[in-house]
Amino acid sequence: MESVLGRYRNLIILVGVLFLQVLGLAVQVKRSADAENTRLIRIWAVSAITPFERGLVWVQNGCGNLWHNYFYLRGVRAENRQLREQIEQMRLEQVRLSDDAAQAHRLQALLAFKEQFVSRTVAAQVIGSSGSDLSRIIYIDKGENDGLRRDLAVITADGIVGKILQVFPTVSQVLLINDQSSGVGAILEKSRLQGVLRGTPNGEVMLERVMSDEQVAAGEPVLTSGGDQVFPKGLPVGTVMKVGTGKDLFLNVKIKPAANLSKLEEVLVVTEKQERQSAAQDTERMRAADILAQRLPSVPDKPPTPEASAAAKPGNAATGAGGATSSSVPHSKPSTVPGPQGGTAKVQGPVGSTKPTGSGITPAGTAPGTSTPAGSHAAGSGAARTATVPGQPATGEVSNTAAPKSSSDPVAKTGSSKKAAGSKPEASQPDSSGTQTPPPPQPNPQPPAAEDSPH
Amino acid sequence: MQITYTSGEQVEVYRFSVPVTVGVPLLALFLQAFVPRRFPLFSYLDLPLLVTIFFAMARRSPISGLLTGAVIGLVQDALGHHHIGLFGIAKTVVGFLASSLGVKLDVENAGARLLVTLGFYLVHGVVYFTVARGMVNMALNWSWGRSILAGLANAVLGVMLYFVLDKFKQRT
Repeated sequence: MESVLGRYRNLIILVGVLFLQVLGLAVQVKRSADAENTRLIRIWAVSAITPFERGLVWVQNGCGNLWHNYFYLRGVRAENRQLREQIEQMRLEQVRLSDDAAQAHRLQALLAFKEQFVSRTVAAQVIGSSGSDLSRIIYIDKGENDGLRRDLAVITADGIVGKILQVFPTVSQVLLINDQSSGVGAILEKSRLQGVLRGTPNGEVMLERVMSDEQVAAGEPVLTSGGDQVFPKGLPVGTVMKVGTGKDLFLNVKIKPAANLSKLEEVLVVTEKQERQSAAQDTERMRAADILAQRLPSVPDKPPTPEASAAAKPGNAATGAGGATSSSVPHSKPSTVPGPQGGTAKVQGPVGSTKPTGSGITPAGTAPGTSTPAGSHAAGSGAARTATVPGQPATGEVSNTAAPKSSSDPVAKTGSSKKAAGSKPEASQPDSSGTQTPPPPQPNPQPPAAEDSPH
Repeated sequence: MQITYTSGEQVEVYRFSVPVTVGVPLLALFLQAFVPRRFPLFSYLDLPLLVTIFFAMARRSPISGLLTGAVIGLVQDALGHHHIGLFGIAKTVVGFLASSLGVKLDVENAGARLLVTLGFYLVHGVVYFTVARGMVNMALNWSWGRSILAGLANAVLGVMLYFVLDKFKQRT
């Protein structure tokens, strides 16, 4: 027996060591996918390696800064001039964009859209990687001590990078988006198709779950959808590189990541996201009509007429809507679409939007005399179409959506306006016999003030 | 190219000082984690594997070889995010085979080292692939072309590295 053990000692030890490792592997597979049960080994390994990496990065940065900041200053003057010109151009652009952004915020506030803001980030430096192309992770020099925790989004100025997988006291492990175990909710910017971003074993990034009957064009930008609860919505992910047919009725959409994942140096960890109402709530509440008035070409406002002033008084149900509009709403060109019964209906609201979002649905068949305020249209969703059919009776229950700036909550204000007894759909429905009866001519008690209202 | 069959008495058995025994694998692991950040193609190289092969062949002790491979592999696993043991098992097997081969063959010349390193790289890949697919159910694609190319690159680097590491050998 002893001779057998002595003779096969090496082999027995090999089998024993392999058995132990296989057993450990089996336990890990059996327990869970996360690495909590092997955390101690990982901490030891990371603690042994990362101090060297941190030190080398420090030396490297020091040398680089010394060279670039004190010695290699060739071309700095020209570059400075060029950058100044660029700043001037960007300032002009910023003015335009800030106007657009402010308007968007106000409209979002009116619609009670919640926005996600990246309210706090922690800058971190990449100090290492796993070293294997089978495990696409990086290490950053911030950890638990800096307030990081698992599943935080990691981004750069160019686009998303990944999410934090493991946190150690002074370093963190980041799973890159091109790892095959990664998954990010993404949306195509133009076509608004949603999918799941996954890495491949080769380190490519693919957008999955896009149906094969959809049209996806190469070069289309891809953004985060926010559906994964890790990345805030709207962050750049990359662009579509190649579209091919995959299996199971899905497309193979290859994405070129916006961030250069193979050469990351500094990253930002999103430590706090805020979901809140638009900033417009903090400032003066504005009606959509006023917002649009700032944007659309218009003639100067009419001075308030006595009729309009009277109509604006509360308690006047029939004019509660119209009173707010005639004098204050700027003029714009209402677009016309073919209405029911061969007539035309004035489209009140952004054309192209078709779905009312539920709040503030204005009676569709509002008679001209009741002149639905433009503010309520935009508040309805910015999308709700209100067709004003000339000659229709003002039978609808006039909602209080038009209460000009009196209600504290524009959303709540519009929420009570759903019901309209004589709204247009009913008025324009064909009768039970299938024939359409023309509506009886009605006297027009007031000039169609709705024509003056924007959109 | 010369691969000479030698008896157990003929082959030289080397040992290494403690700083080299600990420092060289640590340095290899450090470089493997650090350099691909700057040079992404470096991730195709496997410095810890080359160090495992070198120590195993120089010591010519199967037990020492497999233990060296197991430790280096486990640390390499711990630096990644997959289950711990994948690299460990693969490098244990390679360490054992390399030291067993070192007992039988004299692989001191460059050509022999090139071939041996290429062979062990492929063995390492096959074992890793088998365990990862069979036990962990990882989605991996095996490519012979890529494996052979990466193996050749590792073999070339290994030959150069072995000549550097030969300086640290101590005769028993």
